[in-house]
Amino acid sequence: MKLGSSKSIIGWLFILIAVIFISLFYFYPMLQALILSFRSGMGLNLEFVGLDNYIRLFNDPVALTAIRNTFIYLIVQVPVMILLAMFFSVLLNNPNLKFKAFFRTAIFLPAVISLVAYSVIFKYLFSTDGIINKFLLNLSLISEPIEWLMDPFWAKVLIIIAITWRWTGYNMIFYLAALQNVDHSVYEAAKMDGANSFQQFFYITIPMLKPIILFTAITSTIGTLQLFDEPMNITRGGPGNETLTISQYIYNLSFEYTPDFGYAAAVSFVIVILTIIFSMIQFRLGGDRK
Amino acid sequence: MNKLKVFFIYLILSVAALVSLFPFLWMLISMTNKSVDITQGSLMPGTHIFENLSNLFENYSVGSALFNSFFIAIIATVLCLVISSLAGYGFEVYQSKGKDIVFTILLLSMMIPFAALMVPLFRLFGNISQVFPAIGVDTLYAVILPYVTTAFFVFFFRQNTKMFTKDLIEAGRIDGLSEIGIFFRIYLPSMKNTLAAAGIISFMNNWNNYLWPLVIIQSPENQTIPLLISNLGSGYTPDYGVIYTAIVIGTIPTALVFFLLQRYFVEGMTGSVKG
Repeated sequence: MKLGSSKSIIGWLFILIAVIFISLFYFYPMLQALILSFRSGMGLNLEFVGLDNYIRLFNDPVALTAIRNTFIYLIVQVPVMILLAMFFSVLLNNPNLKFKAFFRTAIFLPAVISLVAYSVIFKYLFSTDGIINKFLLNLSLISEPIEWLMDPFWAKVLIIIAITWRWTGYNMIFYLAALQNVDHSVYEAAKMDGANSFQQFFYITIPMLKPIILFTAITSTIGTLQLFDEPMNITRGGPGNETLTISQYIYNLSFEYTPDFGYAAAVSFVIVILTIIFSMIQFRLGGDRK
Repeated sequence: MNKLKVFFIYLILSVAALVSLFPFLWMLISMTNKSVDITQGSLMPGTHIFENLSNLFENYSVGSALFNSFFIAIIATVLCLVISSLAGYGFEVYQSKGKDIVFTILLLSMMIPFAALMVPLFRLFGNISQVFPAIGVDTLYAVILPYVTTAFFVFFFRQNTKMFTKDLIEAGRIDGLSEIGIFFRIYLPSMKNTLAAAGIISFMNNWNNYLWPLVIIQSPENQTIPLLISNLGSGYTPDYGVIYTAIVIGTIPTALVFFLLQRYFVEGMTGSVKG
């Protein structure tokens, strides 16, 4: 469409407010963070220190622990959740399934509760004398209660269980929406050719869902890299710093300890860089580069 | 399909549904029980619900937290719908090279983690406080402002605008409507699904937002529901009945919004996925 110049100006007016707000509350602070990351000092007395904050970062055991923890969550949780979400969506997409609406709504429901609220519930459900341990003991799956909140390994498992519970149904909705666009006759044809359910899943469903898998993988990765509410409310980052995430460490550096905004900004750039790297990797793996 | 396979499909889905629903059932049951019964893992509804409610409302500022959360979520959502739909429409209908470059730059802001913005935003609002204390640190407006538009919603509206019949715009022009008139009188009424989907997401995000209010809100009377629940949950001698009651109250609005609008939600989401 060729536009007259007056139309073009009107077009700019349409987008103006959004551009102003996003610049003011995203790009400007981002620039400030970059400048801050080269400065250091307590509170508001900051001086230029060059790359000192970044050097400090690589020698800071807490920062490295937080980065390691975040990586563990990312590498374990995102693939598990995406596979589960895809698996449920395929089961629910079966045209002969009864109670479909019930199952779909039930599995999606965790997505309506706030992160803080479910974190607090999970903290209590998984406490040493909580109902999950009681349940596992009654089934004789374990002989003594698991220290979900106190054990470095189980605390991480708990965080991963919690996030998976909260987000699987949410991601499933995207797959279900996409599967509804897939013609059932494709599956019928595959069956005629003797493809079993697994083959259908890997050779038809996954390739068809590729763009959505890419979308959910990237949004989940970005979400996990920014993980804050759950460790803050379930474990407080403990035991020790065993469940601490990068976001939580930045928060602590800025608002819990004696504020060191410059160093906090440098740590935050770890997330920026990781986000960019992971998104690029996923776009590569995702195939079509548009 | 053979019977065994069908059985397993129902079994798997039933377990998944049970696991998904259990924490909800647990909080609803616990809301009616005494703290002691909850710690013993009672799965039977009790009769303590009114005590829990009156305890909660008498001892904690739930009323003001509810008001604050509604105020923030509603204002932020309305502003977000107006500003993002204007922008999404502008980018799609008045396409030009320059605008496409701006659009790509805006999308990059989705990659910026909030943790990186938190400190500069806090300082920005500190500066704003010097000039306009009414929208500065420790105000509800400070919670709202960073969320009135995000690149995600602009993108979402642009994607959905691709399916809007452009002939209607020409028809509107012939009828003598102004460009903004076309937007409000033809475009917006035809985008109900998209508006509902974006509205649900924005309302939920703002209602549930935790980190930014935690940073910017200081006084108890400006607390939001997530801050209140978090404070209740980190107490040393928690009254579980009261905490679960607060959680249920804090979850009802988002659950209601979702269930009332879920029809539009699925259709709106599908639209954005197709594009």
